[in-house]
Amino acid sequence: MKPIYLDNNATTPCDPAVVAAMLPFFTEQFGNASSIHSFGNQVGVAIKKARAQIQALLGAEHDSEIIFTSGGTESDNTAILSALKAQPDRNQIITTVVEHPAVLAFCDRLEKEGYVVHKLRVDGRGRLDMDEYRALLTDRVAIVSVMWANNETGTIFPVEEMAEYAHARGIQFHTDAVQAVGKLPIDLKRTKIDMLSLSGHKLHAPKGIGVLYLRRGTRFRALLHGGQQERSRRPGTENAPGIIALGKAAELAMQHMETENTDVRFLRDKLEKGILARVRRAFPNGDLHCRLPNTSNIAFEFVEGEGILLLLNKLGIAASSGSACTSGSLEPSHVMRAMGIPYTAAHGSIRFSLSRYNTLDEIERVIEAVPPIIAQLRKISPYWSESGPVEDPNKLFQPAYA
Amino acid sequence: MWDYTEKVKEHFFNPRNAGPLEQANAVGDVGSIQCGDALRLMLDVDPETEIIRDARFQTFGCGSAIASSSALTEIVKGKTLDEALKVSNQDIAAFLDGLPPEKMHCSVMGREALQAAIANYRGEAWKDDHEEGELICKCYAIDSALIERVVRENGLTTLEQVTHFTKAGGACASCHEKIEDVLISIVAARCEAGAIEAAPVATAVVTPAAVEKPRMTNLQRMRKIEEVIESVRPMLQNDHGDIEVVDIVGKNIYVNLKGACMGCALEAATLGAIQQKLFEELGEYVRLLPASQLEMAR
Ligand SMILES: Cc1ncc(COP(=O)(O)O)c(C=O)c1O
Ligand code: FES
Repeated sequence: MKPIYLDNNATTPCDPAVVAAMLPFFTEQFGNASSIHSFGNQVGVAIKKARAQIQALLGAEHDSEIIFTSGGTESDNTAILSALKAQPDRNQIITTVVEHPAVLAFCDRLEKEGYVVHKLRVDGRGRLDMDEYRALLTDRVAIVSVMWANNETGTIFPVEEMAEYAHARGIQFHTDAVQAVGKLPIDLKRTKIDMLSLSGHKLHAPKGIGVLYLRRGTRFRALLHGGQQERSRRPGTENAPGIIALGKAAELAMQHMETENTDVRFLRDKLEKGILARVRRAFPNGDLHCRLPNTSNIAFEFVEGEGILLLLNKLGIAASSGSACTSGSLEPSHVMRAMGIPYTAAHGSIRFSLSRYNTLDEIERVIEAVPPIIAQLRKISPYWSESGPVEDPNKLFQPAYA
Repeated sequence: MWDYTEKVKEHFFNPRNAGPLEQANAVGDVGSIQCGDALRLMLDVDPETEIIRDARFQTFGCGSAIASSSALTEIVKGKTLDEALKVSNQDIAAFLDGLPPEKMHCSVMGREALQAAIANYRGEAWKDDHEEGELICKCYAIDSALIERVVRENGLTTLEQVTHFTKAGGACASCHEKIEDVLISIVAARCEAGAIEAAPVATAVVTPAAVEKPRMTNLQRMRKIEEVIESVRPMLQNDHGDIEVVDIVGKNIYVNLKGACMGCALEAATLGAIQQKLFEELGEYVRLLPASQLEMAR
């Protein structure tokens, strides 16, 4: 049977139209965009077009505000480091506990180097406390970096509002919008967001291409130093095929924005309701009233996520989990812990992330497949008896040294 | 996802002996839901012969935890308790044709459950003396808890020493920064405790003193080489391997690596670590080469 891909927050397949757009730039139009001769001249034109396509998707005022990078991680690192380097009198960063490692791990490193990092906490639904945030905005803060939407739960943060507060205090505002771009309407020129990261492979473009949006007038220091590409803000010969592919993907994303919020949302809701109606002791994670239309994160109590994924995979269904075991650490995902999800459920949290390519038929198959898998794993779990968690004190799991 | 062997997958998809064992007279519970792995091992032991007549398990955990539990029950069935106590976590991993380094703790948990169950049968108290930390070195599956313990017990201060004692960092070297972080935190704590005066730096290089040692006679030199080889032998034997010096030709020392060390992907790394140690002890540069190259040299 055809495999079912429900892991689009991890990465997406390239749209065939995107591949078609990029292919000539490997062979016929392989030239360097900076060259004078005819091998390169079409490349420059095509890159300009791609820049305009992304400008349109983001609602940026100027096309020169679009800087091509190698992806989300580079954009995130560049934005944060730039703010610190460009404003040496400010040594503090405000971010959140649920950011992607591209921000969090980098902040941890900066903390070791002596910078002060404030991580905003979240409540049980993954929401921020605006009062806590506003109290931290001082003239020692160089940058606020807050993700637009969370990759694990889909929870959306009010970044437009947060950017207003930061701007009022003269603080740069960056958002990691890797999961939001293409799924939520964005119009940057009407916001106070100074920098934004996006990544091609989350919106049906290839891996290894991304964008840092940099509002005109924002003080900036480049991460890399070299040639004059991207106006010296990101030197290195352009990844022309990738850039052109990303432009095409941006154009398609605009056309399909509607679909994400109608069809994809409908399928996601159907999937979530279908599973929750059939599996006991399971609940959805995240801010259910304010999340991406494609993401559903469901916690299955008393089972471990990796087992679920392996059994799903056997049926040709791809999803992912924030469980410890899939990452090789002993702790469940930092997002689940930050939300205070009990361990009994955090280890069994599964993320289903859809795209416009999923069909009703696929969703129905997944709804059928999940309940027996959970039952099978609970059957061999020491925490589960016939029909629910073990309650008989004589049978309770009691490790010798606990 | 993980690079699981066919055997691991097979035991995960079709676990043997899963579910409660009503007539169990030995039960071992280890792990907890907090750490994402929990295993209950149930044994039916013949009181006359102490032979394990039946074994079953219940496990909350990832694919390899379930596969390790399944393997464990298969391994111990039919063994006497004393025989079963000799089962090591490597035996469990080997039964499954190996586990990824991140997952070795699953086999450790299996061995612990076995010990706990046998202690339970014998009415003894069983104490878990094993702690786990963040996985630091993927090449050798070594976590921070082990490194911390070895560093504390032996008063280590340099990355090289950690590699000699634990092997961590001896292969691809990508974990060196993490090892240094562990060292720095322990050394800092030691300084606060006033145990030593100055904080040794984690990024130590080979002590120059080692290089300036007085020249040895040939006989002294050979003895020294033997001595160093003897000192690393237990480490290799731990991994079911061994080493033997075949010949010494000038700067080249030819050795035979035996058993598990031979041909394993880590052979080169092992040789490298021993060579480094020889260099420090002898105060001169030597090359450690597999004996197979001796023919070519002649
Ligand atoms: C929220 C978020 N930020 C950043 C990244 C990293 O992007 P990239 O893989 O392009 O470096 C990802 C994707 O894994 C993500 O989900
Ligand atoms: S990870 Fe430690 S040497 Fe490779």
